[in-house]
This record gives sequence, structure tokens and C-alpha cells, in this order.
Amino acid sequence: MLKVENLSGGYNDRLIVENVSFEVEKGEMLGILGPNGSGKSTLLKIISGILHMVSGDVLIDGKSLKSYSSKELAKKMAVLPQLHSHAFSHTVRDTIGLGRYPHQSGLFSSWSDADERAVVEAMKLTAMEKYEHQMLDLLSGGEQQRVFVAQALAQQAPILLLDEPTNHLDIAHQKQLLDTIKTQAIEKGITVISVFHDINLASLYCDRLLLMDQGKIEVIGAPHEVVTTHQIEKVYKARISTNPHPERPKPQITILPEVQEKNNDKLITTENFRVTGDLVVFQAEHQLKTWSSAVINAGSGWYKTFVNRRVDANYACDNVQEEMLEFLANKGFSETETVGMMTAVNTKDVVIKEYDIPFGSIVIMVTAGVGNAVDVSRAHEVEMLPAIGTINTWIIISGELSDEAFIQAVITATEAKTKALTFEQVKDPRTGTIATGTSTDSVLVAATQKGAHIQYAGPITEIGKKIGLGVYECTVEAIQIYKKAKGWDS
Amino acid sequence: MSKAMIGYILSIAALIVAIWLGVSVGSVKVPISTFWNTEADAIATNILWQIRMPRVVLAGLVGASLAIAGAAFQALLKNPLADPYTLGVSSGASVGAVTTLFFGISVPFLGIYTLPVFSMIGALVTMFLVITFAKLVDRAMKMETIILTGIIFSSFLGSVISLMIALTGEELRQIISWLLGSVSMRGWSYVQMALPFVIIGTFLLWLNRRELNAMLFGEERAKHLGVDVKKRKMMILIGGSMLTGTAVAVSGTIGFVGLVVPHITRLLFGSDNRHVLPLSFINGAALLIVCDLVSRTIISPTELPIGVITSFIGAPVFAFIFFRQRKKGGI
Repeated sequence: MLKVENLSGGYNDRLIVENVSFEVEKGEMLGILGPNGSGKSTLLKIISGILHMVSGDVLIDGKSLKSYSSKELAKKMAVLPQLHSHAFSHTVRDTIGLGRYPHQSGLFSSWSDADERAVVEAMKLTAMEKYEHQMLDLLSGGEQQRVFVAQALAQQAPILLLDEPTNHLDIAHQKQLLDTIKTQAIEKGITVISVFHDINLASLYCDRLLLMDQGKIEVIGAPHEVVTTHQIEKVYKARISTNPHPERPKPQITILPEVQEKNNDKLITTENFRVTGDLVVFQAEHQLKTWSSAVINAGSGWYKTFVNRRVDANYACDNVQEEMLEFLANKGFSETETVGMMTAVNTKDVVIKEYDIPFGSIVIMVTAGVGNAVDVSRAHEVEMLPAIGTINTWIIISGELSDEAFIQAVITATEAKTKALTFEQVKDPRTGTIATGTSTDSVLVAATQKGAHIQYAGPITEIGKKIGLGVYECTVEAIQIYKKAKGWDS
Repeated sequence: MSKAMIGYILSIAALIVAIWLGVSVGSVKVPISTFWNTEADAIATNILWQIRMPRVVLAGLVGASLAIAGAAFQALLKNPLADPYTLGVSSGASVGAVTTLFFGISVPFLGIYTLPVFSMIGALVTMFLVITFAKLVDRAMKMETIILTGIIFSSFLGSVISLMIALTGEELRQIISWLLGSVSMRGWSYVQMALPFVIIGTFLLWLNRRELNAMLFGEERAKHLGVDVKKRKMMILIGGSMLTGTAVAVSGTIGFVGLVVPHITRLLFGSDNRHVLPLSFINGAALLIVCDLVSRTIISPTELPIGVITSFIGAPVFAFIFFRQRKKGGI
């Protein structure tokens, strides 16, 4: 569809784009990224014919850009400008109608049915119908930009060029605009080339990305090939981290600030715990990076307060999360800073232990109810109804954990817990075999992310050893307390 | 009925009324019946066809030319304050005309068209100089930059004219009154001198009515929409200069018509150049016919230069537009 060959060009005699080559297929959406002054807008201006190319060529349908007349080119390629103001005001319809200019010819250049259809469709696609007779300068920035999208769509060109189309728009308008354009690319096979400032938007919407640096192509490829920590940091000279988009297989970046916040290197100790009649509460001074399978604020996040709430054995509720949130709010816990779990075990039966490691500390909390113990290897054989009885395990570490260390900490803790059940000969009542856990166990791993960097937390690492030992000891003790409370023989 | 259609009906009606007033009002009343009853009153017939009618037609052509040229310049430069007078193009045309008179230039091949052709050349050259200079000062060519450049060129060209006048001596009075702008005592030969250029110039601008709409959004945008900007810009500049040069050649410098008429037209009937151009043409003709009528009757028997009347209306409108644009946050 569009092919750029060894293209160089710029303003006057100053070369800004040097020796750039790439190709865009029909229906593809290509995003051009790069820091300020990298030549991305200049590249777009050369492709759109505004700036002259010094050498190389741009081929559209195999024909050189230079061989097209102004009107022929406008039939092939529409350009969406950046937003700016105007001296005279047009109606929305007249402005969109200008998109039909390349399709009109002759002295009187009358308005054809095709023109009318194109304008009406463009207005519909951009939801501008109700503004048809309004004056352009009375619309908001976002609405004005939509008018120009409609104008470009009315041009019905197979190629659409955009220069930072979402500049100055709020996120709702950004999404709306890019959704409209992406839909056109998918449904009508329009080829889109767009300059982006926002790496995340570009990664999310584009099929391929072109990263420019100092007038040259640094890398071109699928978003996951371009948006890597190494490449983005190199080109933009800013510390970033990449993470997956929650819904789409596209990488997103997060800026890592250089500014140091007030650092409090106080270690986590058992002093951070408070046990009341129905709650076990852990309270930290600063937010901890947390991974958990809790009821409230599960998954990963940064939280200050962890709550293990004792509920009655007959507790039943249709919407557990809503009830739990309400409960926490009544107790004065912040919804956005608190992780919440539930247990049927008496809070006084909690086991909390502190372990020292050479570079920090670990505090472990376990509440264990094993009336509902399950042998995971035999679970498929028996019918099982959810029942009360849960082992909740918290591992809170003073140190900086990597992502893999978090997962390894969970594995290590789970293995230690299973070993504790074996030691205590806790059996699955249905199968009579030794249980591996209960049906509703929860785990929480939290780290201060300050102090020593901990890359791994497997069972033979310094930290893994303490997690294994700690969880095993705490779980055994908690089960013994539980058995005593229930009057079981051991 | 569309806004534009109403515009055409009202404007044509206004023009007819203006023509009728222009030919009938004066020291000698000319009844409307003189048009068809040529036998009844020989003096009235004579006044109508030999004095009033050529004057009205000439005023109409000059007004129409300046107004449509103003409308085109404003769209091309995206500048509501642009008109042949504020851009200094009228001064350039004056220099062309005065030079022709001063040196007694007569090109045999051009005949009576020597004067308008030299005026046009003066206008075109000035236009290019103003735009080039303004662009050098500020690439974005902001409203104020263009107008200031126009003032610089007007002042300079004005002193060139003064110098030439000072050197002529005897014909002094005639040139000064011509400079202030007048359509009196011109006769049909001036109409003949102006007509072909008014037709060609107007046609050139009208051909670019849609291109001017696109250029309102900037030259880059126009290019993206498929306008051959270089070619179209040249056509518009030549058309506008042709009309300005012609108007100046036959009537001297008449200011602000090109500013006031398109502005009011846009205010009333919208800013679509497909209609702004023809409507400005009609309304410019009507306005100048009325202004001429006022200039020759208001302190009769003395005649005021018509430029005095148009400036009297134009300067406040200029101030008003400037004020409003600045309030809007500029261009």
C-alpha cells in the first residue's frame, strides 16, 4: 500500500529524517514513536507531501508520491491535522464537506449523491450528526477534533495519516477517536500511519510500531518487540518499566521517577500486629507491595493494612465482597489501602512469629482451621461443598522482592504448609488420606521494597529457608491450637 | 430557504435600489420614467445616460472589485483585517498609476488599458513584497504582522507618490483629488477601461471559491485536502491584484470597502466563500454607489471625495473587528 524507500528530508538544507525505509500493508495501523526532535512529525510531513524529500522515495500503490497531482493524492491519502484555531467560522457540515474537494471537478463542481453519502456516513461514524448545523468554533476541542476526523473520513482515502491525533484531548475523547479510527482500519481496510506521543496508546492500538531516534529508525516491529524497557530507556533516556496490559496482549510502560521519597527503613516486626476480638490487623507505616488471594484487594497492589477478620461459622452472604467492604468501612479501614481476608478461627488462636535474616526480617502470621481439609490429589474423586475451615498465611518481608521472588515465596510457603499438615496427620475426612490444605486457603506475600534486593525466594535461598521454616512452625502450632480448641486427640 | 438564497435576494434588491437612487437623486431630479421615456425630457435623458449612469456603473464596478478582492485576501491570509487598502496593495497600485501619469507612459499595444495594467502590476508586486516580508518576520504570519507590514509599505509608497507629485507641479491638484478617490466626471470610457479586468479578475477569484474555503484552515490543510496550493494561490493573488489595480486606476484610492463589505456579508449570511465572494461583489457595488451618492449630495454643491465616506464607515468597523478578534484569543 505504502512504501518508504531510503527517505531523507527536512527543512531547507537541514536533514532531519535520514535514510528511513519501511512498508505498510493495507488495513495495517502503524504508530510512529520517538522523543521530541526525533523527526517523527517531519517524517509524516514528508510522506504527506508538505515537506520535500531530499532523497529516496515514497511509493503509494507502487507509484511515486511525486507523480500524483494534488487532487489524486488527496483521493489516496487523507491527513488529520493537529488541533488549532481558525479566524473564520464554518458550520460543521461545511467543514466536513470540504473533505469531498478532491472528488469534485468541473467549473460548477456540483454536489453529487456520492458526496452526500460520504458526508452523512462520516458524521454518523463520528457521532457528529446532531452538531451538523453548529458553528465549528463553538464546539469543544474534542468535538472539533471529531469534525476533522469526519472530514478526513469523508475524503474516503485508503490511507490515513495522523499527527498526534489525541493531543489536548481528555482520555474519553482519546479512546473515542482511536476506537473510531481503528474500527475503520479493521472494517474498511484503511491503512493508518500515526505519530504518537503516548507510548501506551500507540502500543495498545497499533499493529506495528516504528521507534525513531535522531532521524533514523531505531526499531520497527510489533508492539512487544518495540516497547521493551531497554529500547525505550535508550531512546527516551528515561527510566521506565514495562508491564502487560490487563486486557490485551500489548505492553504498557510506567515511568520510574528518580525523585527519592522520604525513606523509612524501619523493619517490619510483630509490633506491627494488633489482635482484637474479631480482627487480626497488620498495620505498616508505608504501603507494601502485596500479592494475595484475599477477599478484598486481591492480586497485586500497594497496601498498608492487612485485616484477617473472624466470622461466625454460620456466616453466609450472597455478596461477600460487598459485605466485607461495608464491614471494613465501618471499622474505619480505607478501601484503597486495605487487604481483607476472612477466617472462622478465633483471633486469639493466631500464630505470629518474627524471623531475622541477615539483611532484614520476615514476619509470618497463620490462622488455621482444618475442619474442611482436602487432599488435593484425591479431590476429583469426591463431591465437595464449600465449608468453613481455612488456613490463612501471611508472609511479610522487609526487603525488595523481584516478581519471581514473590511467586517463589508463595510456592515455598505452600509446600511448608502441606508438610505441616502431614506432620499433624490432618486427614481429608472424605477420603481418609492425609490432607494437603483446605478448600479455601489464602496466602499473602508482602514486601517493603526497600533495603536488600531479593531476586529469588526458593527453598534453598536465605529467605526461602526462613519462609519454609516459619510457615511450617506457625502452621503446626496453629493446627495444634485448633485441635486443642476442638478437643481432638493428637 | 437557505441563508445564502436569502442573501442573494436581499443583496440584489439592495443593489437595484442603490442604482435607482444613484441615477435619480441630485441637483437635477431624474424621474425613473426617463429610462423608457427617452423623448419626454432631453436634459434628464442626457444627465441619466451621460453623467449619472456611467458614474453609478463605475462606482458599482469599483465597489464590487474592492469587496470581492478583500474577501479573497481575507480567506487566503486567514486574516479578517486584510483588504487591498490595509495590505498596502492599493498604494502599490497608486504608485503604478501615478508613475504612468508622471512619465506619460503609453504603450501602443495596450492603448487605453495602459493605466490599469500598470496599476495592476504595482498592486501585484506590492502584494508579493508584503507577503514575503511578513513571512520573513514571522512564519505563522499572524494578523498583526501582516497589517503592520501593510502599514510599512503604505507609508513608504505614499511618500514615493508625494515625491512624484512634488515634482509634477502643474497637475498637482488633479492627482491629489484622484488620490483621495473619486468616480466623478469619468464617463463611459473609464467603464470600458475597467470592465474587462473586472470580469477576468472576478472570474479568477470565483473559480477558487472552494479552494479559499479549504485555505481558511491553513495552506497545509488545504494541500492535504487536495488543493494545488501554489497554483491556486497565484490565481487568487493575480485576480485580487487585477481587481485592485483596476479599481485604483479608474477611481484612485478608496479605502476599507474590501474590509467592511465581506465582513458584514459574512456576519449576515455565513462564511462559506462560495457565497461570500459573489455576495460581496453585489454588496460592494451597492455600498459604493450609495457612498458616491452621499459624497456628492451631503455638502452639495461641493463634492466630498468618496474615500472620505468609506473611511468614515470603514475605520470604526476595522477597530471593531480587531477588538473582537483579540477578545476571541487571536488567530
